[in-house]
Amino acid sequence: MSQIIIYTIITLVGIGAAAAIILYFVAQKFKVFEDPRIDEVEAALPAANCGGCGFPGCHNFAETLVKSENWDNLFCPVGGNETMAKAAAILGREAIEQAPRVAVVRCNGTPEFRPRVNSYDGAHTCAIVHSLYTGEAGCPFGCLGEGDCVVVCDFDAIHMDPDTDLPVVIDDKCTACGACVEACPRDIIELRKKNKKDRKIFVSCINEEKGAVAKKNCSVACIGCSKCFKVCPHEAITMENNKAFIDSDKCKLCRKCVAVCPTSAILELNFPPPRKKEPVEASETKTD
Amino acid sequence: MSLKTFSRGGVHPPEHKLSAGNKIIELPPPEVAVIPVAQHLGAPSKVLVNRGDQVKVGQLIAESAGFVSTNIHSSVSGKVLKVDQFMDSSGYRRLAVQIQVEGDQWLDTIDRSDDLVRNSVLPAEDIRKKILEAGIVGLGGATFPSHVKLMVPQGKTAEYLLINGVECEPYLTADHSLMMERSEELLSGIQLLMKGLGVEKAILGIENNKPDAIKKMQQVVQGSSVTVQGLKVKYPQGGEKQLVKALLKREVPSGGLPIDVGVVVFNVGTALATYEAVMKNRPLIDRVVTVTGKSLEKPSNFLVRIGTPVSYLIEQAGGLPENTAKVINGGPMMGKALSTIDIPVVKGSSGILLINETEARRKEVKPCIRCTKCVTVCPMGLEPYLLMTLSEKSLFERMEPEKVMDCIECGSCSYTCPSSRPLLDYIRLGKGEVGKIMRASLAV
Repeated sequence: MSQIIIYTIITLVGIGAAAAIILYFVAQKFKVFEDPRIDEVEAALPAANCGGCGFPGCHNFAETLVKSENWDNLFCPVGGNETMAKAAAILGREAIEQAPRVAVVRCNGTPEFRPRVNSYDGAHTCAIVHSLYTGEAGCPFGCLGEGDCVVVCDFDAIHMDPDTDLPVVIDDKCTACGACVEACPRDIIELRKKNKKDRKIFVSCINEEKGAVAKKNCSVACIGCSKCFKVCPHEAITMENNKAFIDSDKCKLCRKCVAVCPTSAILELNFPPPRKKEPVEASETKTD
Repeated sequence: MSLKTFSRGGVHPPEHKLSAGNKIIELPPPEVAVIPVAQHLGAPSKVLVNRGDQVKVGQLIAESAGFVSTNIHSSVSGKVLKVDQFMDSSGYRRLAVQIQVEGDQWLDTIDRSDDLVRNSVLPAEDIRKKILEAGIVGLGGATFPSHVKLMVPQGKTAEYLLINGVECEPYLTADHSLMMERSEELLSGIQLLMKGLGVEKAILGIENNKPDAIKKMQQVVQGSSVTVQGLKVKYPQGGEKQLVKALLKREVPSGGLPIDVGVVVFNVGTALATYEAVMKNRPLIDRVVTVTGKSLEKPSNFLVRIGTPVSYLIEQAGGLPENTAKVINGGPMMGKALSTIDIPVVKGSSGILLINETEARRKEVKPCIRCTKCVTVCPMGLEPYLLMTLSEKSLFERMEPEKVMDCIECGSCSYTCPSSRPLLDYIRLGKGEVGKIMRASLAV
């Protein structure tokens, strides 16, 4: 009886040892060398795997950071400059600083401003509504309100406001990964430079129709009147396809355009109420 | 007579052919006509008129802009008010010519008499040329330029011409009324198409819910090389691949066209338009549109000029009933709800269907219960539940191997789904995305 046990143990140990030797040589033969720095860099990344950098995940991005000479188009929007500096330190090089960005929804077509002219009861996704027709409100450029941007956000940074039927971005949570920009079939969401105290000035409309037609669908549409373009002292505003666009990199937040806009299409957000003095704004406008 | 049908899938929705047997009523031209330049598949036509120009009925106002494109003619006489962006059936603005109607003056070259002209001496090439000149497109709804279909690609031969008189969509009766009232001309049109295509055999397929049309056409075709075949009622028999299968038992390969199995399919409306273009020199300026609905006072078949507003048609059929919830452009299965009725009738408009409040409501969407009803009814042998899920999850690259491009968008899956899932909506979205991916990979 004990003999059987002994033979069994000897046989199994023998098989195990043989397998170990074979596996050792196979592993040596097929060994893939990976730069150990890739793992180090990956550890420094946020591990969100959101795809905001343009790569499928953080590992691929780390690999590219290690391998490529030129970092011009490589940036982790989630981690920002801090993460990029860490990665650069590991690799012993300089990081390129980028201004932090935030997603901005460029439509202000609430039911009040943009009356609903029909009702839709099909599949509830913006992509389908956009492919079918102009949407419940007549505007062919406006927000469809089905929330494709909300679904794709990995950071819980965007949600639909039931009162306005428009998406709202929570600036503190937004990492500017760009998932919502991709998801919006109408290209309404834009990544803009993040200013101090989340202050924002932007044209909250991307309608390209002629002024009269646009106005018919929505009372706060940009009608392409060029008033803001003329008043802007910083050449931050361009007029194209019947609509104004404010370049967030050039805008100095002087708010002159907001005052002249006849349809209130230009929005100012997170500014203190007008009564209070604003030293920052005042000094900025004066310097120019 | 034995009835034929296609073998795979299909459904049988209630027919509701309310306007069947109603005579075609010719409507006078509207006060203002809006004629879009993109009424067909392919490149939009190039506008030839300017604001203020006087035009006559049948005058060319936009010319073909490419191989897959066609001509567009004025359907009314009067003054061009504007060449501008006008709303189309989706609510988006597209280029169109707006004409203020003044009188009804036709070009002198058009033969407006009712005399039947037979036995064309024109060679095949001239027939094709006339079809392009007259701006004829597939009037079954797909609006593919007909002259392109008549040009058989090298290495392929056409053996049969199939004429689609199936009209499998519920409610619609436009083709039915054409077969009843214009049968002689229709036969002449079929013979012209046969000549243009260079085939000896033609089969006209008609579903068995139109026994009067089958009988009438059988009488008319006696002595000609055209045969009439009755078909068992089953949707979507009017899809060209289904029709080829039903009439000839031939299977069009995946991603292929009927010409791959030696067949070309035309709608009866197209055949009639061909007759008018070749024999009467009359371009495609009007078509028969069924205006129907259970609450509508007078469901009718109207012969209307292209560019007539839909609202005018509804008015002529007794006005918009108060309980209307949806106005559908086309039939109930494949048609699309309109967001406004201030849009023009175009070459592809086959019907206007008014749906009342009780019928219009979509049922609540519930989870898929894996009953595979959608797979059973899919006439193309696809798996709609899978395609929908892939589309929902944006896994478009996985949809191509699942043959999403074979989908004919008949809507049988959505119709049959016990959980009321919007299968076709998602599949159509996926088709669009896969098409984009395929075009992008071709361009590289």
